[in-house]
Amino acid sequence: MSLCRRREWGGYMKLSSYVIKRLLYSIFVLVGLSIVIFVIARVVPGDPARLALGPRAPQFAVDALREEMHLDKSLPVQYFYWIKGVVTGNFGKSLVTKRNVMEDIAEFLPATLELVLMSALFVVVFSILFGALAARYKDSWVDSLIRVMAYTGVAVPSFVLAVIFLLLFGYIWPVIPVLGRLSAGIQPPPTITGLITVDSLLTGRMDVFFDAINHLILPALALAVGPLFQEARIVRSAMTENMGKDYLAAAVGFGIPDHVITGKYLLKPSLIPAVSVMGLDIASLMSNAFLVEVIFDWPGISRYGMEAMLRKDLNAISAVIIVFGLIFVVVNIIVDLIVAYLDPRIRLGGRSS
Amino acid sequence: MIVNNEKDCILDIRNLHVWYRTYGGFAEVLDGVNLMVKKGEKVGLVGEAGCGKTTTMRSVLRILPENAVVPKGEILFHGQDILKMKSQEINKVRTQGISMIFQEPSAALNPVFTIGTQMFDVIRYSGSGKAKSKDEIKELAVKAIREVYIPDPERILKSYPGQLSGGMKQRVCIAMAIVTDRELLIADEPGTSLDVTIQDQVHRLLRGLVEKKGMSLIMITHSLGVAREMTDRIYVMYAGSIVETAETKVLFKDPMHPYTLGLLESVPRLTGGGMAEGIYGRIPNYLSPPQGCRFHPRCRLAAERCFEEKPPLMDVGEGHYVACFWVQGVI
Repeated sequence: MSLCRRREWGGYMKLSSYVIKRLLYSIFVLVGLSIVIFVIARVVPGDPARLALGPRAPQFAVDALREEMHLDKSLPVQYFYWIKGVVTGNFGKSLVTKRNVMEDIAEFLPATLELVLMSALFVVVFSILFGALAARYKDSWVDSLIRVMAYTGVAVPSFVLAVIFLLLFGYIWPVIPVLGRLSAGIQPPPTITGLITVDSLLTGRMDVFFDAINHLILPALALAVGPLFQEARIVRSAMTENMGKDYLAAAVGFGIPDHVITGKYLLKPSLIPAVSVMGLDIASLMSNAFLVEVIFDWPGISRYGMEAMLRKDLNAISAVIIVFGLIFVVVNIIVDLIVAYLDPRIRLGGRSS
Repeated sequence: MIVNNEKDCILDIRNLHVWYRTYGGFAEVLDGVNLMVKKGEKVGLVGEAGCGKTTTMRSVLRILPENAVVPKGEILFHGQDILKMKSQEINKVRTQGISMIFQEPSAALNPVFTIGTQMFDVIRYSGSGKAKSKDEIKELAVKAIREVYIPDPERILKSYPGQLSGGMKQRVCIAMAIVTDRELLIADEPGTSLDVTIQDQVHRLLRGLVEKKGMSLIMITHSLGVAREMTDRIYVMYAGSIVETAETKVLFKDPMHPYTLGLLESVPRLTGGGMAEGIYGRIPNYLSPPQGCRFHPRCRLAAERCFEEKPPLMDVGEGHYVACFWVQGVI
């Protein structure tokens, strides 16, 4: 009995030390990312102070601003000042919008988050569905159809798909809204989280909720199609590989029904490789969203970040990249936790086979 | 050919051929297997690795790999051909008739589900399909785990396979196979992947359970010693067909087929001098198996007829069947 308790306790220890290890890695990643971003931002030619004030500003004003921005100090000292601000959420002012960058982020981030979350939902649901169907009906027309869809889906970039959707649903068959986050004339709900769908649900405004969902479908789908089919292929190949395992033959031999075997005993072990890749892909959606946001007139942070880059708005660029890095890291920790949930060999630190 | 006139015969495999589709063509692994199991009988299927023992047994439950084809043969379970059964009928065989224990317990248990989850599903879908309550299911599982002499069943049910030792896992597999009543248990080298001491325990446990429950047993093994201890009748298999079968006592008293003799010689003995002699060569390539008797390339007695013609299994008395022209005296 005492042995058994120790073993269970050991399991929790393994899981918590696993999480702590992941968190430490993440901090390293973020610190490294901040250094890289900072150095790049300072090394690119062009004086940020001059850029901020414009070509006609007098030299003494530029010098004053340089001092205010600590640009006259050495690089490490500059980094120290900068990172101090970053940790407290102060990225400085945007040269373009003339606002604190944090305000810009707070305004534009929720739109992209909402878009990416919807996309992620599509990716998770349809990749598992298509992957499982293709594996279940392996070498049949279902499998071939999904294969063709997958090759097309992976090959066609999301912005092409976005343009096609725009043409199709904005011009030829206008059944679903194609621009913006809400239809004209609909009053947006009060900002609580910034995600219109969530805010409208929280305030009980179902009409706004459905309108927001309708606006989300096309851009989210355009964004999701590539990773979705990539993951469907991974699910399929993992499932077909696991089909040959003894434990499945054993389950079939015990007369366990087909749907239980495919949906439970085959699916769970096969999801482990797919989920790991899914995490990376979903995190990448943030930055891939740029063209989709431009095409669907989506006021998101990806578009904001891209415009900041084109205008050399260094504070904004750094902030966007740090925020993306943070989201990437958080998503990956979540994915690691899901994988640990799916795979007891990781969770309990047992022998992996 | 073994004549089937036994009324209490539950499994009768007749002239079973199984091929595997490979990139190099068809691997003709089973080349006419004949095997019969009576009610309550413990049967041993003996042969070296790769001779088709597992293939034979997997075809009984129709759990062969995807690339397998069955061009010829019948597997009669109570007179009904398993190979021709519809999914509903084969499911009845799987849930009420036959269960199987695999060679490698770590591979036979799903690594990402607890023993409990897997065992409960086996119980839930076993038997006549009558719905069982959760408590009933758990009670059965606990009882079965106790029957394989594992203390603390509750803990086992909550464990993942990776947390148990090999011997424990094999006991769990045995518990799953006997947890609800079945007529026939197929044990595919249940001890091979375990330590010798554990192996012996597992074998004894298995024999005890089978006798207690009045089940029939097919024991697959590569060891004549294990078969001698465990079984009433032995089938010796070589390269996809049965070469000799007799009651265990008879076979050890009077082995006839050159392959059986070779197998017996290859067992090292404590008394007597030197290393065992064994059989020269190895199992043939199934993509182009030898013509005639498949054993002839390794047989000291092979004559011309053996190169061309496959010897049938013939009765030489006392239910002793041998597939060899020499023994049959027709060379």
